[in-house]
Amino acid sequence: MSVIMILIGISLTVALVFLLAFLWATTSGQYDDDYTPSVRMLFEDTIPDDQEN
Amino acid sequence: MANSSVLTSDRPSVETSLETFRYDNSIVRLFLLATTVWGIIGMTVGLLVALQFVYPALSFDLPFLTFGRIRPLHTNAVIFAFVGNGIFAGVYYSLQRLCKARMYSDALSRINFWGWQLIILSAVLTLPLGITTSKEYAELEWPIDIAITLLWVVFGWNMFATIIKRRERHLYVAIWFYIATFVTVAVLHIVNSFELPIGLFKSYSWYAGVQDALVQWWYGHNAVAFFLTTPYLGLMYYFVPKAANRPVYSYRLSIIHFWALIFIYIWAGPHHLLYNSLPNWAQSLGVVFSIMLIAPSWGGMLNGLFTLRGAWDQVRENPVLKFMVVAITCYGMATFEGPMLSLKNVNAIAHFTDWIVAHVHIGGLGWNGFLTFGMLYYLIPRLYKTKLYSVKLANVHFWIGTLGIIFYALPMYWAGFTQSLMWKEFTQEGLLAYPNFLETVTQIRPMYMLRAGGGALYIVGALIMVYNLIKTTAQGKFQQEETAQAMALTKQYQSPEKEHWHRKLFEHRPVLMLVVSLVVILIGGLVELVPTFLIKSNVPTISSVQPYTPLELQGRDLYIREGCNNCHSQMIRPFRSETERYGEYAKAGEFVYDHPFLWGSKRTGPDLLRVGGKYPDSWHYHHMYDPESMSPGSIMPPYPWLLEDNLDASATADKITAMRTLGVPYPEGYEEQAMADLSQQSQEIADRLKESGIEVSSEKEIIALIAYLQRLGTDIKVKE
Repeated sequence: MSVIMILIGISLTVALVFLLAFLWATTSGQYDDDYTPSVRMLFEDTIPDDQEN
Repeated sequence: MANSSVLTSDRPSVETSLETFRYDNSIVRLFLLATTVWGIIGMTVGLLVALQFVYPALSFDLPFLTFGRIRPLHTNAVIFAFVGNGIFAGVYYSLQRLCKARMYSDALSRINFWGWQLIILSAVLTLPLGITTSKEYAELEWPIDIAITLLWVVFGWNMFATIIKRRERHLYVAIWFYIATFVTVAVLHIVNSFELPIGLFKSYSWYAGVQDALVQWWYGHNAVAFFLTTPYLGLMYYFVPKAANRPVYSYRLSIIHFWALIFIYIWAGPHHLLYNSLPNWAQSLGVVFSIMLIAPSWGGMLNGLFTLRGAWDQVRENPVLKFMVVAITCYGMATFEGPMLSLKNVNAIAHFTDWIVAHVHIGGLGWNGFLTFGMLYYLIPRLYKTKLYSVKLANVHFWIGTLGIIFYALPMYWAGFTQSLMWKEFTQEGLLAYPNFLETVTQIRPMYMLRAGGGALYIVGALIMVYNLIKTTAQGKFQQEETAQAMALTKQYQSPEKEHWHRKLFEHRPVLMLVVSLVVILIGGLVELVPTFLIKSNVPTISSVQPYTPLELQGRDLYIREGCNNCHSQMIRPFRSETERYGEYAKAGEFVYDHPFLWGSKRTGPDLLRVGGKYPDSWHYHHMYDPESMSPGSIMPPYPWLLEDNLDASATADKITAMRTLGVPYPEGYEEQAMADLSQQSQEIADRLKESGIEVSSEKEIIALIAYLQRLGTDIKVKE
């Protein structure tokens, strides 16, 4: 059943990668603001190319 | 003091940093087109296989139309072609807007598109030809596996490079879901696809038996998790707020949803192997994590639905939201049902039955299908700068599609319960109440008919959508690119809080972080994988279990080619109802030479683990030629070509060598003798058939298949 150890190892590695990503996200200020991103994503930043619309 | 100076020096002047750029819409349109076309094709193949349950003649005696070969075509088409292109369409649209940046490279975008279509095309060509690894949702052979890996790298490269050059500091939650999809699918695909090639179109899985099963379902479960779920959750978090024009119910909850889901999902795989030959602790681990998954899944579902709080009037008016509401509801149902099915006592009833088929179609038709439709109805009018041609038709589609899901799922639940109860029913004398497996199939044929009707309704709905969208494109004008403006990202970001070391290390170096994490994955993986490859066998062997003879090995490869494992399991669970019906329950040690394992996941026909010696050779001969001659009412398709075609034994020596490389103890130099052994065993079987009055050349494929079937399970079979 050694393969299960490999799978657990790989799964742990993946989890570790995501843990690092999580630490990065929390410490780099990604989640300092946990409300306005949900509103800001609604805004359109496009400008009309020509007269239509 | 320090803070204020940071703020002032960091704040750019508006005039210098407002940048104008253009979003690439044409790549989005390509993927939308592809998802629509492949969706219709994949669903139509699904309808064909559904009808074959009722009218087996619909395989037309053609090898490439038999259920065993086109069921993988259906699953691959709807998962990787329909949903896959849907993912790319949604990601390429939303990522640009969330990052306020055009995709990093138009060339990579095009390679991503055309490469993916070529991979799908190669699947369409190879699967009906019987070129398959037999591992569910990973059937494609090794050259295509490599192509998928390369293409996935192209996608990741394009995505990460876009994220790096973004003009919005905050990574919206949807982007996190896309990143998780990329990273995890890459790892899963590579680990599960370890195989040893024998020629261009054939390979053997690196792992054997129980280990192969474990790797496969670690992959299989997470393919559902990270291909059908996480990317679509990202799409949900983008398109539902956009379509409703209101922010997601709780952004905080969405962040918790993501991280909780990511850390729990990957551990749930063993729930596909409950009561199979797997250590009990591994099964329990799978169950525990599966139950825990309810929390993040339902958190996400409620977050999606509550986004529409106070806006249900919009749902009445807007077909896009209608589709999305049903999609999210189906997500909720499927993610509640999944953990329930992971409970061992529920799984004992549901496994191998149509209940599972119902379960996955709630997810497939409801969650993935309806979210894709919603996205199409949202995007096409926007890309063509017009309104949807007909809201009424979209509503018709919605209701027909919803009815289709109901008519699909309910009969399948009914069929699953019925069949399971019949399998497990004993008479008062303690005998199986339905000893003939076929009885339990004919009983549910009306349900199969209803299911095909449900599927047909669903396709009709999709066709109505195609008409509606074509009309929409005709009345609008496609806008290839959209111009947008945003501020450039300032180079430095200072958190109001004190600086931490990890922040210094990673914050400004996303590329470094990506590279480091990939290297860590690879090193970690290699360090752990290599030793086990050097170990000859790591499952306790049973002394009576012997490697397959060359002829049996060839027969086994025919079994794989014809996709027999799509309907027949080789896994007798330790229940009295199963040991009474099929014989001694399966032991892990029996499968040590099985590259790949062939346990199957669905019993449309009976289990075959102990079929060896159960019937005479002549029975198998007649049965493969015309199943109904031996079992009247059987819905198995006939396989006349096995009686006509000669076995291609040219690769026999290579196969023996490959198996030895994988740890199967064939003696050194056995390759030389293999062909002679093969001919001798073929002749013995042909002679036995002759005694039963069947004249057949010993070189036919049927001889090899009979050899394999008669071998199955006999190593440890209790002689009666």
